[in-house]
Amino acid sequence: MKTDDLIDALAADRVRPSMAPRVAVLWAVISGAIMAGILFAIVMGYRSDIAQAAETYRFLFKFVLTLTLATSAIALVLRVLRPEAVLGRALWFIALAPAMLVAAALAELFVMPSSTWLPRLIGTNVRFCLTMIPLLSVAPLLAFFAALRQGAPANPGLAGALAGLGAGGIAATLYASHCTDDSPLFVIVWYPIAIGFVTLVGYLAGRRWLRW
Amino acid sequence: MSANEEEWAVLMRAAMAGDEAAYRAFLKAIAPSIRAAARRNLARYGLAVADGEDVVQDTLLAIHLKRQSWDQDRPIGPWISAIARNKFIDLMRRRGRAVQVPIEDVAASLAAEEAGAALEGYEVGRMLENLNEKQRLVVRSLTIEGASVRQTAERLNMTESAIRVTLHRAVKALAVIYRERDK
Repeated sequence: MKTDDLIDALAADRVRPSMAPRVAVLWAVISGAIMAGILFAIVMGYRSDIAQAAETYRFLFKFVLTLTLATSAIALVLRVLRPEAVLGRALWFIALAPAMLVAAALAELFVMPSSTWLPRLIGTNVRFCLTMIPLLSVAPLLAFFAALRQGAPANPGLAGALAGLGAGGIAATLYASHCTDDSPLFVIVWYPIAIGFVTLVGYLAGRRWLRW
Repeated sequence: MSANEEEWAVLMRAAMAGDEAAYRAFLKAIAPSIRAAARRNLARYGLAVADGEDVVQDTLLAIHLKRQSWDQDRPIGPWISAIARNKFIDLMRRRGRAVQVPIEDVAASLAAEEAGAALEGYEVGRMLENLNEKQRLVVRSLTIEGASVRQTAERLNMTESAIRVTLHRAVKALAVIYRERDK
């Protein structure tokens, strides 16, 4: 085909996606969170002692952490929509939540007697945590992918991984309000495994489905 | 920002607002610069310059299908260059070579000599064969035969909106054919 002919065909094709990619991502955040929230309400719901828990630093810190993670990942997803975007130092945003968690875990080791470390780390809900965070991530991840396909990420694997991180952050936020294991020692061991798994799935799926 | 880029941005903004003539002018304006950048890249990696038109068409298709990813408040040159680079990398991968390709500034590329004007894509003579019957008829009518959407609709006994939908599917199919080719 001649290039001029192709240009004629492209110029005549006026079917356009309905919304800008950035708007699509914001809708994905909202719709993904709502769908995950519904699943959360059906399957588990808040812990029964949430009123008392809300007065403890450890419980509240979990949300600072997961919301920081979700926010930083979503901010980066919004950037990688553009093919010319260079993340550079902005990629360090996602180190923010892990850094806070390491600091909190060190503080926990400092203030709690060593005999309590292991029970706190093992917690009571490991298997549920490792299952439910990825499960709650499914809807947000799908929503992010639908939005990312409207954009043109230069690095599909990275875009997918960031979407996974964002979805994992949303899922972990919900899960944290159910889980009674509040110690940073529990959080630092198990949450990263669950969220890391979602991120890996996002990476692999991105390489497959976000290419253009 | 170069004068080129400024002009391209103006055309593309009009195109995004629905101006078909501006869009055609935009695509025609960027093609020579994309071609020049592609040929320079091909020469750099010792590949046949004949592949250049392939990269140009692949890039134009991507620009078309991903035009919503251009943020109208940002310069258009880097956006075009990034898409062109991505498509060049695709070509390199298809040739079995994984490389770090630097970004070739499309806006700064002088238009290549367009001798003969027979700028045919490599092996894309066969590309239309990969479309289904209806898509092929529509694309051929609108391009090679130079008919308008209305004329095509009358000739093929379809509505104009059906022509547009068929064309859109054909364009997406062409992009997939480019991507999957040589696999």
